[in-house]
Amino acid sequence: MSLLRQAARVAWKDLRIELRSKEIVFTMIFFAALLVVIYSFAFPNDDRAIRGATPGMLWVALAFTGTIALGRAFDRERENDTMRALLLSPIPRLAVFLGKAAAMCSLILAVAIVAVPLLGLWLNAPLFGYPGELVLVVVLGAIGISIVGSVFAATLLKVRSRDVLLPVILYPLLVPLFVAGTKTTASLVAEIPNLEAAWYWIKFLGIYDAAFLVLSLWIFESLVIE
Amino acid sequence: MKKLAVPLLCVLAAVGFALSLHLVFEVAPLQWGKTGDGRLNGSSLFFNQKIFYWHVAHAFWLFGAVFVAGVSSIAFLITRKSTWDDIASASVDVAVAFGAVVLITGSAWAKAAWDVWWNWEPRLTMSLLLWLILVGYVLVRKFAGPSADRVAAGMAIFGMVGVPFIYTMVGQDSHPASGSGGVVATLGPGMRGAFWLSVFSFLLWFIALTITRIQSTRCERELRELRERGLDLGVLQ
Repeated sequence: MSLLRQAARVAWKDLRIELRSKEIVFTMIFFAALLVVIYSFAFPNDDRAIRGATPGMLWVALAFTGTIALGRAFDRERENDTMRALLLSPIPRLAVFLGKAAAMCSLILAVAIVAVPLLGLWLNAPLFGYPGELVLVVVLGAIGISIVGSVFAATLLKVRSRDVLLPVILYPLLVPLFVAGTKTTASLVAEIPNLEAAWYWIKFLGIYDAAFLVLSLWIFESLVIE
Repeated sequence: MKKLAVPLLCVLAAVGFALSLHLVFEVAPLQWGKTGDGRLNGSSLFFNQKIFYWHVAHAFWLFGAVFVAGVSSIAFLITRKSTWDDIASASVDVAVAFGAVVLITGSAWAKAAWDVWWNWEPRLTMSLLLWLILVGYVLVRKFAGPSADRVAAGMAIFGMVGVPFIYTMVGQDSHPASGSGGVVATLGPGMRGAFWLSVFSFLLWFIALTITRIQSTRCERELRELRERGLDLGVLQ
């Protein structure tokens, strides 16, 4: 079995658990909806202010839901001590990592599919001028969050204060990703959209994802030992 | 020799520091700006420029420490020798202190030059982000329990790889010109000696602190192991 097929099988295992319980997706979507409601009270309700705050709202929602989903997804492996079984199974650790990251990425995207339109609908945020670029940047962001997140959520599996430590580790490391994401979104929703800037930051995100993917592939094996 | 290293470094650093104080305040000229028609005037830099001798020197070694921590964390993950881990953790501990100096002096400079304590000037932002990664590292070390060394090593390596991204990211920002563009390269002749002496003294100081920190970490570990052995043998309660 090739590496990618093994990874796909690990990812499918995670997604199938999620499809049966629907725990993470439902609670996260509800959480994201609550966030949007809080935003509507937190920000002044005029077009200019909403336009300025949209990128921030979108990426804060992604960051919060992303970390909570990561913590929960890896908690499942811990509760039944299945992480050990997963690591013992006759597939390379790389496949485990890739599968985990892919499953995480699809979960975050599943939440984003609901959360982003909600921002547009409830807050009248001008998000849909350039749907292609917006989708691209959200997908790249989700990939980045799930790559770095999977590495550290897996390493923190046995640590007691992992819920607190995960964001403490992830947010400083992911700052470039969030900045690139907000800048892209900001140039897309601005009154005079700036596609050139948007593409600069999309490329930046792409390189960021690629660099950290390579690094994670290399480092996962030595970090996650049971 | 080994016992002498730290006191020696400290003495050298102290002498260098005293000398650099002399050079900075007595020898190095004040920074004059030029008005449009070429006349000299006291620019926003002027006397305040003196803080650069500390600020930039600390910033150098803040970046140096991130690099040292990243590389020794890689070495730790490959060899699994706790020596490398000690080096990484000690240099991060010292770097947090150095980073605090960078941020405080940078902030004082911002107040003098732009009349705000903080203005998200690219280099200041970058130092802050690096400093946050380092503080996160220290928190992980303290609270992650038995697997703290691995998690922290991962964080140091990811942090080191992230530096170029942070650099490009803040460089693209359209904030007001910092006035420090290429400041090291364009130092006047009277300032250059003072500047490099101060950089060098703080390097010695940095190394002395790091070695001391490594030694104390090692003592802590030995003490813990001895205690565990004592408990196993029933000597200790």
